[in-house]
This record gives sequence, structure tokens and C-alpha cells, in this order.
Amino acid sequence: MSFEEIKLLLIEKFGEGVVVGEETTGLQPALLVAPDQITNVCLELRNNPKTYFDFLSSISGVDYGVEAGRFGVVYHLASIPYKTQLTLKISTENDRSLDNLPTFPSITPVYRTADWHEREAYDLLGIFFENHPDLRRILLPDDWDGFPLRKDYKAAEYYKGIKVD
Amino acid sequence: MTHPKYDTALNNYYKKIADAATEDMVLNMGPQHPSTHGVLRLELITDGEIVKEVIPHIGYLHRCFEKHAESLTYQQTIPFTDRLDYLASMNNSHAFVMGVERMMGIDKDIPKRVEYIRVLVCELNRIASHLIAIGTYGIDIGAFTPFLWCFRDREHIMGMLEWASGSRMLYNYIWVGGLFYDLPVGFEERCAEFVTYFKPKMVELNELLTDNQVFISRTANVGVLPLDVAINYGCSGPMLRGSGLKWDLRRIDGYSVYPELEFDIPIGQGKMGAVGDCWDRYKVRVDEIEQSLKIVEQCLGRLQNELKRTTDFDPRAKMPRKITPKAQDYYVRCEGAKGELGFYFMADGKSEIPTRVKCRAPSFHNLSVLPELAKGVMIADLIAIVGSIDFVLGEVDR
Repeated sequence: MSFEEIKLLLIEKFGEGVVVGEETTGLQPALLVAPDQITNVCLELRNNPKTYFDFLSSISGVDYGVEAGRFGVVYHLASIPYKTQLTLKISTENDRSLDNLPTFPSITPVYRTADWHEREAYDLLGIFFENHPDLRRILLPDDWDGFPLRKDYKAAEYYKGIKVD
Repeated sequence: MTHPKYDTALNNYYKKIADAATEDMVLNMGPQHPSTHGVLRLELITDGEIVKEVIPHIGYLHRCFEKHAESLTYQQTIPFTDRLDYLASMNNSHAFVMGVERMMGIDKDIPKRVEYIRVLVCELNRIASHLIAIGTYGIDIGAFTPFLWCFRDREHIMGMLEWASGSRMLYNYIWVGGLFYDLPVGFEERCAEFVTYFKPKMVELNELLTDNQVFISRTANVGVLPLDVAINYGCSGPMLRGSGLKWDLRRIDGYSVYPELEFDIPIGQGKMGAVGDCWDRYKVRVDEIEQSLKIVEQCLGRLQNELKRTTDFDPRAKMPRKITPKAQDYYVRCEGAKGELGFYFMADGKSEIPTRVKCRAPSFHNLSVLPELAKGVMIADLIAIVGSIDFVLGEVDR
């Protein structure tokens, strides 16, 4: 199924609001999806025999910069029987305060591999995933302060009383 | 400090461990346990000899690859990619470089000789990586000799790659648009000599380990990974092929010069037990070594005949002076030694530094299936399962 057909399929199934835009300038087109629909969209794309995106390659959390004030998540899906690939993007505005992390629904019910990826996005970028079974930090220690991959992150001078050079 | 609602999962985890400590036993395997192949800590909740649950703790080897990549140019990031899967560094830099070249639109201009050298060194590195997997797997199960044999043969490959690049494990050899240097004079002959030497050694290794009854008893029907579970957990490489799916990105995507080369894709067939058990995964790696040797021979044939070294050949001729890709996102994937290795780039079109680089590491996914595989097995079998996954912590933790 081509990119356009997938777009039409999703609009037909979930209504106009599900696709909020598309990026077709680069080598790989990307579909911008409404964040609250992402779990349903993934489930549909995985289960529909015409698309059958059964393999989740990767989930990347993205910080679009301090000025943009946006956080996003990029999903790379692949279909093993059709040998196709698809990029989905969701994003939301956020004020970068630590009390109010950008929040998206988790897609672990659809792809189990999303578990560790979402934990990584939470750990490094502070993106919170609702209904995730076990959203703890994964690469950094449990007591780490801040989210290092954010563009405004300042490296701490001390870690547990030890000076960091 | 963040809002307390974000700590719910952490508190649940602490509670689970506290509860398990009174009813069952909590056992820590690692981070210094030799069978965990690096610094991986597995927290086991056990009932006697039975593993009820495994909680992996990773991150001991976190080196901020993605953070580094956001502050360095593409060319400067290549040495960092070498340190991801440090047992197959060539494959990492090949994937990274290929992504940058495609974004720059110069992937079709790369000279054939450069591409064949890239594939040659990548396949040599894949053999080296699988030799470690096999050798250390033997030692996990209790066979010491295969380990020594594998390391002896691997050292030949390390020596050759050191000759080409100047470094034993972390090469920085494949560059955007070309290579660090052409192969040294006499490399092709030395490599052909190695292939002749190495083939009978594989037969010996098979006699010693693959068909060994003790080894089969320890690995057959242990840690069976059904295909649907493997796909849902994003497993790739020998892990996915061990479960019986012919899925190799060298064939599927046909990148570099792989479409011109002949090789088979070995898959797990369940010869000794169920499809997708530890023995199948091990056997896929053994078979892949043979296929890689086949590719190496074909590359050598081309490099010694129609793509012969000429005095005026410059592997850096196509290297761009400034690497500034157009504003776009690009996800590149290729078949590393452990599975699908992907890099996701976000370029803004103005800067030589990417705004975001994400590494999709195959070991990260392959390891994430461990809690599922290890439910209800014996502790001794857990060692066999962990070994059969063949992860590299440098890549898991990045």
C-alpha cells in the first residue's frame, strides 16, 4: 500500500481528525497523527491485512527546541510480508516544566517492544506515556535529576557529592 | 524534582522487590557475573530453582551516544558509532555512513571498489562477532576449548583489520563518501589465505561443539522463542532467523553491493528440538559464518580482478568537503552482526551538526525479550538463554 492509500485508509476508519498533516519533502514521507489516536492507528495498521505493519523498528523521542516548545515522538514501522516502511509522528506543545511532562498514550498494548523504547524516551527526554506498564528510567540511575537529551539540559556539577569534571 | 505522579512505577517496583524478598528469594545476577557478557544486572525473583521473573537493569555502560551525536558533525560521530557494537564496529559505521550518504544524495557515486572493500571488511567483522558469540556461548554452557579456538581464529581477523585501519577493534575506517585508506598492498592475498585456513577450522568447531551431545542437551528445547513473540518484541538478526523467518536486510533492502553477491539466509529449523530454541539461534550463527565466508571470497574475487587496485585510485575522492544534508528526517536500517541496526537522523539543512540522532540498536530489542523468555525456567537454563541472545552491552546502553 502506498503512502497516500494508507492516509486515506486511516481517514476512512477514524475520520478527518486523525491525520493532522504530512511531511513529503524528504526521502521518507511521514504521517503526522493526532496524539490521542496513536494507539488505535498502530493497532489498525498492524491488524489490517492490507497494511500489516507488524514490526516496530524504533521509537524516537524528539525535543524540537526551546523556541518551538514542542515535544514529539517518531515511530518507524515496518511490514515483514509487504517489505514496506512507514513513519508516524505525533507531537504536542509543552512549557518544559518538570511538573508537567509532555504526555502521550503508550503503544505497548500493540507492540511489546515499545516498552523499553518508551522507557528510554521518558528517561532521556522526559516524555510521559500513559498506561505504560512500568515507566521507570532505563539507562540512567533511578535518582537522576533532569532529562539529558532535552535541548536546555545543563549537566550537573555534582553527582551524589562527587564533583563531575 | 518532577511531580510525584511520575514516580508511581518506581514505587511499584520497590514494593514488588520488597514483597518478593519475604515470600520468594531475590537473586542478583551481575553486573559482574561472567555469563552476562558485560555489565548487565539481572534481578531474579526465584522460587527455589525456578525463575519466576527477571528484571533486567541496563545502563551501566551508557556513554551518551545520542547526546554526543547532537554536538558533533557527522564525520566526527563515526568513531562513536564504532563503540556501539564494539565486536562489529565496521557494520556500525557502514550503517551510519550509508544513512548520511543517502541524505546527501551521493550514495550512487561511491566507487565500486570502495563498496566492495566496505562489504569485505563488514563481513570479516561479522565473522569475528559470531566467533565471539559462539565461543562465549560454549563457555557459558561449560565448554572451554571452543572459546580458545574461536578467539585464536578471531585474532587473525583482528590482525587483518588492524593492518587495514590501524586499530584492532575500533576502526574508524569507513568514512562518509569513501574510506580512510585503500586496503594495504597484499591484503587480498592474506585474506584469501585466511579463508583457506579457516574453512577446516569451522568443521572442527562443529565436531567439537555443534554436534556435541552435552551441548545439545543443554540448549535444545530451552528458551523457545515463538515467531510471533519475536516479531512483536522487535527481535531481528539471528534471533529472528532462529525462530524460522527468512528476514535479512541485506536481501530485503539490497543495500550497497549485496544484490550482486550470492549467499543464503540460514534459518532455524528445529533440528534438535523446537524451532526457535537456543540451539537454533546458535546454529544460525554458525551457518552465517559460512555464508559470510562465501561473500568474502566473492568480494576478494572482484577486488583482485575487475576492481583491481590502481595507483591513482583515491578512496577519499568522493568525500564531500562539508557534510550538510538537506533539511529532512531519515531512518536508515541495515543488517548488523546482531540484527537490524538503524539510525534516525534529523537534519535542519543549515548546520553540519544533526539536531537529533537516534540509534536503533538490535541488542536492545533482543535483550528486551528476555523477561518473556525466562519465565518459569531453571536458573541454569537462564544462563543458556542469556548466552544465546548474544547481546553486546555497548550497544544496549549506547
